[in-house]
Amino acid sequence: MVTISMEIQILFAGALFLTGLLGLLVRRNIIFMLLSIEIMLNSAALVFIIAGSHWMQADGQVMFIFILTVSAAEVSVGLALILQMYHHYRTLDADAINRLHDKKENEK
Amino acid sequence: MNTIFYIAGGVAIISSLLAITNRNAIHALLYLILSLLSISVIFYILGAPFSAALEVIVYAGAIMVLFIFVVMMLNIGLEEEQENKWLTPRMWIVPSILALALLIIFIYVLKEFQFEKTTADIIGPKQVGIKMFTKYLLAVEISAILLLAGIIGGYHLGKQKKKVLHRFIDNIRKI
Repeated sequence: MVTISMEIQILFAGALFLTGLLGLLVRRNIIFMLLSIEIMLNSAALVFIIAGSHWMQADGQVMFIFILTVSAAEVSVGLALILQMYHHYRTLDADAINRLHDKKENEK
Repeated sequence: MNTIFYIAGGVAIISSLLAITNRNAIHALLYLILSLLSISVIFYILGAPFSAALEVIVYAGAIMVLFIFVVMMLNIGLEEEQENKWLTPRMWIVPSILALALLIIFIYVLKEFQFEKTTADIIGPKQVGIKMFTKYLLAVEISAILLLAGIIGGYHLGKQKKKVLHRFIDNIRKI
């Protein structure tokens, strides 16, 4: 089995989380933002697994399954929202939807 | 086993970095699948084979296929001038510094903790199932409601209202 200390393992999960955060900060394409959120959720799940294996409890894996559920629901709703956004604005740029009121509708 | 952990971890972080820096959405998703698979290797060697299987089946299988379907449906790659215009290497500097600062804080906090050493053992699906359906039964039901809400939300938002009056009128407009 793995004999690496828990600090290093959690550090790895933290580095993965910060990778996701970096992607979320820099990218403006909304698909990539959703993808970065996936990376972050996954690293949070990794911390649960690490803790569960360290204290030899099944709770960590149970929490992993709940995170999986939350992430599946989030992705389905998020992708449906992206489809709607692309349908309305013909772009995937997150900055393009910063207006509450649609300007084109006003002009008509 | 330790070597496998380091290799899989390195592959996971590098492929995640490639996934967030890639311009092409499909390539980024493939890199993300690689990252998920290497994380699943880490789950396996940490003594969680059930979670490793779930990671491959649900994450790399179902969720990523959903992503790829949407990317292929949208047919993107043509109109991202806005992002291409200011996604220069210079844009990565400040967020990278901020993320690195958080990483340094994280290392500092981890050094303060003292975890006692235990020998890890395999936790199979049986223990997970017993715990899930006794202690966490309420949470399972709540997540079932969450999935139902996800289904209804996805269906409602995914519906597209028809804006075309008639195909002849649409053809005339195009001409």
